[in-house]
Amino acid sequence: MTDATQNSGPMMAADGTTLKSSLNRALRRQKLRALMLIAPLLIFVLVTFIAPIADMLFRSVENQIVSDTLPRTTTLLADWDGDTGGLPSSEVFEALYTDIFVAQERKLHTRLGSRLNYELTGVSSLFRKSGRKVEDMGEVYQDQFEDLDGFWKDSENWNALMGSDSWLADQTAWDEKSDTRQPAFELREGIDGLLPQTAATFEIFADFVQNEDEDNLAKEDPWALVYSALYTDLMQEPDVSGYGGPGSAELLEAMGAVGTFETVDYPAAFEEIDKDWHSIDVWQTIQTYSPDFTSGYFLNAVDMKKSPDGPEMRPDNEQLYIKLFIRTLFMSLVITGSCILLGYPVAWILANLPARTANLLMILVLLPFWTSLLVRTSAWKVMLQQQGVINDTLVWLGVVADDSRLALINNQTGTIIAMTHILLPFMILPLYSVMKTIPPSYLRAAKSLGATNWTAFWRVYFPQSVPGIGAGSILVFILSIGYYITPELVGGTTGTFISNRIAYHISSSLNWGLAAALGAILLAVVLGLYWAYDRIVGIDNVKLGG
Amino acid sequence: MKLTKTLLASTALTVAAGMATADGHMANEMTIVSWGGAYSNSQQQAYHNPYMEKTGINIINDESSAEAVAKLRAMNEAGNVTWDVVDVVAADAIRLCDEGLAMEIDPDEHLAAAPDGTSAEDDFGDLLVSDCFIPQIVYSTTFGYRTDMVGDTPPTSVCAIFDTDAYPGKRSLEKRPINNMEWALLCDGVAKDDVYDVLETDEGQQQALDKLATIKDDVIWWSAGADTPQLLADGEVVMGSTYNGRLFSVIEEQNQPVAMLWDAQVFDLDGWIIPTGLSEERLARALDYIYFATDTQRLADQAKYISYGPARASSAPLVSTHADLGIDMAPHMPTDPNNAQNTFLYNYEFWADYRDDIDAKFQAWLAQ
Repeated sequence: MTDATQNSGPMMAADGTTLKSSLNRALRRQKLRALMLIAPLLIFVLVTFIAPIADMLFRSVENQIVSDTLPRTTTLLADWDGDTGGLPSSEVFEALYTDIFVAQERKLHTRLGSRLNYELTGVSSLFRKSGRKVEDMGEVYQDQFEDLDGFWKDSENWNALMGSDSWLADQTAWDEKSDTRQPAFELREGIDGLLPQTAATFEIFADFVQNEDEDNLAKEDPWALVYSALYTDLMQEPDVSGYGGPGSAELLEAMGAVGTFETVDYPAAFEEIDKDWHSIDVWQTIQTYSPDFTSGYFLNAVDMKKSPDGPEMRPDNEQLYIKLFIRTLFMSLVITGSCILLGYPVAWILANLPARTANLLMILVLLPFWTSLLVRTSAWKVMLQQQGVINDTLVWLGVVADDSRLALINNQTGTIIAMTHILLPFMILPLYSVMKTIPPSYLRAAKSLGATNWTAFWRVYFPQSVPGIGAGSILVFILSIGYYITPELVGGTTGTFISNRIAYHISSSLNWGLAAALGAILLAVVLGLYWAYDRIVGIDNVKLGG
Repeated sequence: MKLTKTLLASTALTVAAGMATADGHMANEMTIVSWGGAYSNSQQQAYHNPYMEKTGINIINDESSAEAVAKLRAMNEAGNVTWDVVDVVAADAIRLCDEGLAMEIDPDEHLAAAPDGTSAEDDFGDLLVSDCFIPQIVYSTTFGYRTDMVGDTPPTSVCAIFDTDAYPGKRSLEKRPINNMEWALLCDGVAKDDVYDVLETDEGQQQALDKLATIKDDVIWWSAGADTPQLLADGEVVMGSTYNGRLFSVIEEQNQPVAMLWDAQVFDLDGWIIPTGLSEERLARALDYIYFATDTQRLADQAKYISYGPARASSAPLVSTHADLGIDMAPHMPTDPNNAQNTFLYNYEFWADYRDDIDAKFQAWLAQ
């Protein structure tokens, strides 16, 4: 056969293609059909499990909020070097004014403030305060334009100046009460060449009014920001004389007057809002966190921080997470170990008793399993506290003195005791199902061949029960790594886990980026341990049932 | 092909089911989120029941206030906000407002004026700490102590918690920096007006932690409001901090040998927010409920069921007796002049800025 194929080239199918590809095609169709059978489940798992987890973990590097909210500032700030000790130029402050003005209209500035407050304390209130006061800066120019000519007060005049004729006609014809959409704003041709900044800010304003606020643009007065932009444009002395559209006379008039306008000194105005705007730290933080993706959360999760000179360790009194990771792993190992010690004899007894008694005892194992987690944890409080059942009994027996009662709760001991109890069924059940399959005759055979009880157990029985230990250990260890309710309630200060901090950042501080980074590290550690387990013990040696 | 049809049909079903739940808000139902327990009960009696009677709208209670901030953000991102009105503490309201998750409220437009015509804005006064927040109650975090464990000299000052010689035994404090840092500085000789100025600096934060370190081994750190009452009732601690309403129920309802230590109690606020992103119809209903539930009489009514002070100035004179116990409630209010001789005001602005930073240091200190 092999000789034949070697001699006459590849074997052909009836349609002239090679047999191999023909077979592949037939198999592919079968595979596809099989895939379609599992498709609903696959899609379900992808959509409801994998995708949300991936999305959540992605937040650990995501950082678009800074450049999205302060697009002009971050662009200009890229060239600034904070190490020289000088503040950014006044153009940067002007860009900041524009960015914050737009952001506060969209109510996004406080969100950015909370984001940057994770990196530099005080930014939160800085942005909140600036958002409230930034409007005053623009009103300086707005008032002067309006005092110069009543023309500038009216939204209609602005729309006529900035909008195209066809849009103006559509907007006038549009009935606000009808269900039709408001005609989208269109710039007048050439106006963006003549007054570039004014046109740009007016477009943002028009877009905001029409699409976010959903108000009638014809009736909305422009933001103070538009007036500041007009002032900036006119100070560039554009060639207004060539413009003949609506408002050309007023534009010319304004052109002549802006030279005498009272001006806004943006750096000084921001300093007046808050002196922190003249702090290098604030600007360096904005600059450091300008890129769309950041390693900041991951650095934070391993007790480091970004600094202008690259990553550095946090000071000793702020280091927390590495310690918690190590503690979580160590305590999970201890809990797994004590589950094996306590669960093995129980599973042995269950597996070797007559079925009727074994079932009864099995219910005793499962009963706490069906009780609410909170109830069990609270019960342990009553048992373990210093005025609790166990201490009272010990004092009554005279084992410990009344004034030196044992501290069994609100520390590591408490967490280990309570979690061992809670996770014990996860160890007993796989052990039991594996032990059920070990024929008792093996032990008898070993003994009849002269083995002692211990040798028979250790050399014959125990190796066969190892898959159960493996399965139980993986279950208990992975479950305990992620536990947070029990450590929170009975762990005190020395018995809390990394998951308690993850829960805190998800639900209280809303620092989801840091929570995602901590979660990603935890996931990586678990996968790493799983891989190591597979290499050392072999995952084929794990049995969940007979 | 049959399989394709089945797939299409099941997809259609899933989509339809999804839409049905999204539309699950019936025309006359609203979901109100609160803390559960005795507190929700007081709201049920004082607000929900009369409102349901008046309007025929069915109110569904959701006891998720403790996770409200995270859940609201998740709902907002998913574009499906299922809550209509949410009860949160003021600090959370500020955070929700900053994140754009809570709607801004105009007190004079959306809230009822006082019976004497005072505008809502003046009636609530300084308690309107955020643009999105409608205050409901004033509560305080304060101390209770075991009367049978302090000998003949019951504590009169908050600094008794740091005095382990005069009052040996464990004490319970909340497992977070807020309030504890302030008390530590107060008892370390910092004047009341300077506390937040000192706490702004690294040295000041270290000073507070050093003071707390003197009793670190004697403290049981709690994270649920029910912890301290249980610890006091079992005699696990000689004194501990918690919300004044919890202590009221230990003392008056369960008759435990516990007394209040009102010194340097920290006032805090709890109230309503309305999530952003509600449909017009649901928003109108939420606003109507808020208008009803925060008027002068309703706020005073709530104090019949729980010992928290109403947030409106005009409600205070209307506070009457406890609905079941029949005792006069005014002396149990944190705002009662006898109790409020030395109070401390939670600085929202400060903690909004420093919460993350100081909490990181505090947790690192705890773990040492």
